[in-house]
Amino acid sequence: MFDISSIYQAQSVADAIRALEQDPGALVIAGGTDVLIKVREGKLAGCRLVSIHGLEELKGISQAPNGDIEIGPLSTFRDVTYDKIIRANVPVLGEAADMAGGPQLRAAGTIGGNVCNGITSADTASTLVALEAVLRVRGPRGEREVPISRWYHGVGKVDLAPYEVLTKIVLPRKGYEGFTGHYIKYAMRSAMDIATLGVSCLAQLSQDKRETRQVRLAFGVAGPVPMRAPGAEAAASNRPVEQALAAIGPAALGDVSPRSSWRASREFRLQLVEELSARALAEAMRKGGAQV
Amino acid sequence: MMEILRCTVNGRPVEVGIDQRESLADVLRERLGLTSVKKGCEVGECGACTVLVDGTAIDSCIYLGVWAQGKTILTVEGLQNENGELSPIQQAFVEEAAVQCGFCTPGIIMSAVEIVGSGKRYTREELRKLISGHLCRCTGYQNILNAVERAVNEAHKFVGREEQEQ
Ligand SMILES: Cc1cc2nc3c(=O)[nH]c(=O)nc-3n(C[C@H](O)[C@H](O)[C@H](O)COP(=O)(O)OP(=O)(O)OC[C@H]3O[C@@H](n4cnc5c(N)ncnc54)[C@H](O)[C@@H]3O)c2cc1C
Repeated sequence: MFDISSIYQAQSVADAIRALEQDPGALVIAGGTDVLIKVREGKLAGCRLVSIHGLEELKGISQAPNGDIEIGPLSTFRDVTYDKIIRANVPVLGEAADMAGGPQLRAAGTIGGNVCNGITSADTASTLVALEAVLRVRGPRGEREVPISRWYHGVGKVDLAPYEVLTKIVLPRKGYEGFTGHYIKYAMRSAMDIATLGVSCLAQLSQDKRETRQVRLAFGVAGPVPMRAPGAEAAASNRPVEQALAAIGPAALGDVSPRSSWRASREFRLQLVEELSARALAEAMRKGGAQV
Repeated sequence: MMEILRCTVNGRPVEVGIDQRESLADVLRERLGLTSVKKGCEVGECGACTVLVDGTAIDSCIYLGVWAQGKTILTVEGLQNENGELSPIQQAFVEEAAVQCGFCTPGIIMSAVEIVGSGKRYTREELRKLISGHLCRCTGYQNILNAVERAVNEAHKFVGREEQEQ
């Protein structure tokens, strides 16, 4: 039995917000694959929970008439990976989601939980950062949208005010259209392991596929929160593909600030940043038709 | 914090009083006596507690019992034929000597049920990934993989034959 002092099963988002307002200090639980672990470890022992598990209005992935892709936060990793719209437009996000945990975990953990936990190693986070996703949140005073560049405030802290619930992850059309992408998760095991480093690269190519246009690069575990690498992006954008490949890794070193942990030293992470940036760019460009 | 859970377990409708703080693994083991559902790590890493919820394999140790409201649950106890014989998937584990201490076996069998039920064929590498959410502390992975592969192939032979007959 879990050490929980109360759990309220919300019937709708409005109901969840109301329940959170009535019980300040209560925590949202979605798939529970972070929360229940923390309860078990004792970090959240005795917590009060508002469950949004199973709320239909927070599920599903659709494409708006303007081309924006809207992902319900309760979509599991598995839902994201196998979704037709994701596969057709942003396969890199589905591939990243497919690297979390193992199959049973991917059937339970949600993409909303993955961005609300504010954890730098979250496997979908770096790709969502590169895609310039927008987080739509709803609270007692209505709905607001937060660009992902302003979402992460610090380790485990995101731009969710009290009583707010994430209701959509929006991928604006201009964030993904014309790009091909690749995500690399570097970990000691190929399943059931947390990333030592995560790198997501999106690339746009010239018509003849010999030059880059816009390149976007984002990391997990290269700093306290998932982050973009603006220096590396500038160094790799609008260049002949070979030059972009040579430039991106060294430039990325100036963007990141990894630390040493029991998983890996800062030095090793820096080496991964340099090496994997180029590999992710090469693969992203290959998917876009470049000969590299 | 009691609540009535109504769901279908191994083909039978079930109505049982549960505490809202219980995991689905707790409910299945303690309330319903389905002890094929093993508690290993209790943090979603070892896969010993794997059951199917509406056909999908999940770790029942990190799934609240109350979330199973109205759902269909399958455990190894639900695989036996009416006459008590093992299912072809269980039989494949016997044939391939894929069982050592046996603790991880029920969980892996449930993942295999989902894999075989998909009706698809898989490479060995794909099967490795599909059972990567399970730990076998006896490290008998080769035979386990052989068993899952055998179960998939046998199901496919059977489906193939049915297709020809039509
Ligand atoms: C064995 C195991 C392996 C794992 N491996 C990986 C891995 O490889 N990669 C990885 O990235 N993660 C991994 N995780 C972590 C976890 O599965 C993911 O972070 C998952 O995305 C969390 O989603 P959830 O719905 O289960 O979150 P929950 O535990 O329900 O919630 C997580 C946090 O987000 C908040 N929250 C969730 N949804 C909302 C919402 N809609 N609005 C507001 N707040 C919300 C909750 O309040 C909580 O603080 C692993 C976990 C386990 C147990």
